[in-house]
Amino acid sequence: MKPEDYIGLMKPNWCPGCGNFSILAAAKMAFSELNLDNSEIAAISGIGCASKFPSWIKVNSFDTLHGRPFPVAAGAKIANTNLKVFVFCGDGDCYGEGMNHFISTCRRNHDFVAIVHNNERYALTTGQTSPTTDIGTKTKTSLYGVTDPPVNPVALALSANASFVARGFAGDINHLKWLVTEAFKHRGFSLIDVLQPCVTFNTVNTLEWYKQRIYKLEESGHNSSDRMAAIGKSFEWSDKIPIGIFYRDNRASYESYLDQIKDVPLVKQDISKIKIDKLMEEFM
Amino acid sequence: MIDIVNKLNWLIGGEAGYGIMSIGVAFSKICSRGGLHIFDYVEYPSLIRGGHNAYYVSVEDKEVFSQKRDVNLLIALNRETIDLHKNELSPDAGIIYDSETVKIGKFSPKISLYPVPLIKFAQEIGKDKLMMNTVALGACVAVVDYDFDLLASVIKEQFTGKGDEIVNVNINSARAGYDYVKKNFKNKFHYQLKKTGKGKSMIVSGNDAFCLGAIKAGCKFLAAYPMTPINSILHYMKAKEKECNFVVVQPEDEIAAINIAIGASYAGVRSMTCSSGGGFSLMVEALGMAGITETPLVIVESGRGGPSSGLPTWTEQGDLRFLMHASQGEFPRIILAPGDVDDCFYFGMQAFNLAEKYQLPVFLIMDKYVSESHKSTKKFNDKLIKIERGLLIDEDGKLGEKYERYKFTDSGISKRAVPGLKNRVVMTSSYEHSELGLFDDGAENHVRMMDKRLGKLKLALKDAPKPVLYGPKKAKLTIIGWGSTKYPILEALKTLNEKKAVANYLQITSIIPFHSDIVAKVMDSSKTLIIENNATAQLRGVIRENTLKTPDYTYLKYDSRPFYPEDIVKKVHGLIK
Repeated sequence: MKPEDYIGLMKPNWCPGCGNFSILAAAKMAFSELNLDNSEIAAISGIGCASKFPSWIKVNSFDTLHGRPFPVAAGAKIANTNLKVFVFCGDGDCYGEGMNHFISTCRRNHDFVAIVHNNERYALTTGQTSPTTDIGTKTKTSLYGVTDPPVNPVALALSANASFVARGFAGDINHLKWLVTEAFKHRGFSLIDVLQPCVTFNTVNTLEWYKQRIYKLEESGHNSSDRMAAIGKSFEWSDKIPIGIFYRDNRASYESYLDQIKDVPLVKQDISKIKIDKLMEEFM
Repeated sequence: MIDIVNKLNWLIGGEAGYGIMSIGVAFSKICSRGGLHIFDYVEYPSLIRGGHNAYYVSVEDKEVFSQKRDVNLLIALNRETIDLHKNELSPDAGIIYDSETVKIGKFSPKISLYPVPLIKFAQEIGKDKLMMNTVALGACVAVVDYDFDLLASVIKEQFTGKGDEIVNVNINSARAGYDYVKKNFKNKFHYQLKKTGKGKSMIVSGNDAFCLGAIKAGCKFLAAYPMTPINSILHYMKAKEKECNFVVVQPEDEIAAINIAIGASYAGVRSMTCSSGGGFSLMVEALGMAGITETPLVIVESGRGGPSSGLPTWTEQGDLRFLMHASQGEFPRIILAPGDVDDCFYFGMQAFNLAEKYQLPVFLIMDKYVSESHKSTKKFNDKLIKIERGLLIDEDGKLGEKYERYKFTDSGISKRAVPGLKNRVVMTSSYEHSELGLFDDGAENHVRMMDKRLGKLKLALKDAPKPVLYGPKKAKLTIIGWGSTKYPILEALKTLNEKKAVANYLQITSIIPFHSDIVAKVMDSSKTLIIENNATAQLRGVIRENTLKTPDYTYLKYDSRPFYPEDIVKKVHGLIK
C-alpha cells in the first residue's frame, strides 16, 4: 500500500505547524514501506493531542482513555497475535497517568510498538506542565517555574528492561520512519520517544532548539546492545541530545511464552465445542 | 440417647497455616463420596500464619444449603479453638483435641471428649507437626463411625502428584488417629455418618462453579489482580489456561486488568476481569469505556465487609448500588446476582452470551460468602445454555466496503466486526462517536447514540434470568432476597415449612434489567420480608423505584457475617405470629 492509502476519513485538527503532522507522515511512510495492510494494523491511543492520531488514519483503531492505551494494546495483541499493534499517545498518557502501565509493559515485553509524542506539555488542556517539562519552565500550573526534575523516559525504559528503546525527532521524518520500521521488526515491546515541538505551548523546545542539539546515535559509534552505554546516553540532555536506537535485545516477548496461542491465535479458536466433563470430575 | 445419623454440623479450628482449608475440603469430599450432601463455610483472618481459621461443614443425607448453628463435632487443633467456639456447641457435642497440649477445662458430662495425641502422631509418623490435621481427620472419621477407605482415597488423590511416600505418610497419619479412637473410646458417639449408596456429587465453591461456566462459555481471556475473595478464580483459571487454551494475565493493577480485558474483547475474544470492591473502584473509569464503546465484558465483583479496606476476609452485600451507578454518564449494563453454586455456573455462562449479544458490560455480583463457600451439587448441565455471540462478524469484508461499527439499527445493536479482517477497518472510540466510530460531539448524534445504547437494555430483559419463587406457591409470607442470602433462606424454608406452608422465597436474579412486572405481582399477592446482608437495604430501594412498592418488613445484617437459617426462622415466626 502507498502512504496515501492510510489517509483517514477526517482531517487532522492539530495546530498548524504541530510536530504531530510529521509523526503522522512518518508512520504512514513506515506502514507503506513495511507493506502492512490497513486492515491488519491496530492503532491504539490514549487521550490528548497525540492520541487523536487514530482519527486521522485509516486503520483499525481504538481511542481509549487517558493513560490507558498500553493495557488495551496488550489485550488486543494477546487476543490476536496476527494484529500489528501500534500505540500512539502523548507524554501525559505514557509518563504521567499511565506511568505504571508504561513500566509494566517494558517489563512484560508485549509485542507492540509505542510511539510517544513527547511535547513536554499538556497541550489539549491548554499547556499545563507535564512529567517531561524541563525544570524551571513556567506554565499555568507552574507559575514560578517547574521544581520537579523531568521524567527520563529512555532511562526509565532501560531500567525496566525494555527490549527496544529509541528516541525520534518529529523534525526528521525519514529518520523517524526508519525507527518505526526497526521497532516494528523487533519482537517484543518497542518504545520510540519522539521529541515533538509544540508550536502553541512550548516556546522553549522548538524545532530550531532541537535541531541545534540533536545528533544520531548510529552515526556516533554507539553500541545499541550495551545497556550500560545506553543508560549513559540516556542522561545526555544539554547542548547535545542523542536520537536513534539506544538499546535493543532479543529477549522473548510476553506472547512467545504462551503455548496456548502458538498455533492458533485466541480469536481464531473455536469455542462451540468446549468440554468440561473432565474438569467437573476433578471436583468429585 | 438416640443416634443421629447423617445430620452433623462439623467444625475444625486452628491456627492459620495448619492446613485448615485443605482438611475442610477433604472432609466435605469424603462426605460427598459417601452419597451425603454438604455445605461448608470458612472464616479466616487476613494473614498467613498465626491467626484463627474456622471451617464449618454441615452434612445431611438431603440437600443442605447453609452453615448452621449448634456444632455437633468440634476438632480443636489448639486451645484457642475451644475458647472461641465452645459457646457454639450443641449440648451433646463431641470435641476432638490434642491430648498432650490442650487443657480442655470443664465441660458438661453430656459433651463427649476425645483427647488424641495429634501432635505426637504427626511428629512420629508424619515427621511434621503440621500433619496433625490429617491425624485429626482420621480420628474424626472413627468418632462418627464413617468409612476410612473414603478418607484414604481422598488423601491418595490429593497427594498423588507428590509421590507414593507422601501419600503413604498421610494415609498412615490418618490411620493412627482413626485406630487410636477405635481402641481407646468404646462408647459410641451418637452423631454418626453412614454411606447412603447414592452417587457422589461435586464439591464446588461459587468461584469454582463460575470458572467452569466461564470455560464452557468460551471465555478466552482473564486479566485480574489478586484480591480476596476472587483469588480462587485467578488461581483456578491460571492452573487451567494451557489445558483449556485461554490466557490469564496478572497485570500491575486493576486499572490495567480491566483495560487489558477490554483490549482482548475489542480484538474479538470472550473476555473478563474480576475483583472485589476496592479493585473494582479502580476499574470504574474503564467500565464507562466498555459502555460507550459497546465492548462486551464480563466482570465478577465479589464483595467483602465495609468501605475501603474494610473487613477483607468477611462478607457483605454492600456494593449493589455502587455497581449499578459506577462510572460517569449514562450507559447500559447488566447485573446478575447468583445466589448459589448452580447460579454461579449458569449465570456465568449466560453473562458471556448477554455481553456479546447486547455488546455491553455484564456483572456477576457476588460476595465472599457465595464465592468461597462450597456446596455439594450434581454435575452441571453444560448443554443447557447454548453459546450465542450476537451480531459478531468474523469473516473478511468485500473490497471497498465501508464498515460502520456503530451503525444505527432498529434494535440499537450494530454488527460487531473484529479487527484484522480483510477490507474492513474497525474504529472504536471512548469519545462520543459517529456510526463510523470517529469522534463526533454533535447534539443530534449524541442523542441518537444515547438512545441506541440505552435502548438495548429493554431488549435484554427477555434474556435476563427471571426471578425464581422457591417453596410453596402460596404462603403466609414471601421472603425476598438477592445473591448469597439464598443459602440461609433456603435452609430456613426447610424448617419453616416442615408442617405447613409458612413462607416462600422470591430470588431476584437480575438487578439490571429488572423484571418489575413479576416482582410487583408477587408483592401484590403476599406479605413480603426483604432480607439483605447490608445496612441500607439496597435492593429494597431498587424494588421501590422499579415497582413503586415497598416490602412490608425488612431484615438486615451488616456485621460482615452471613445470615444463619436459625435467625431467619426466628424472624419469620416473630412476624407471622
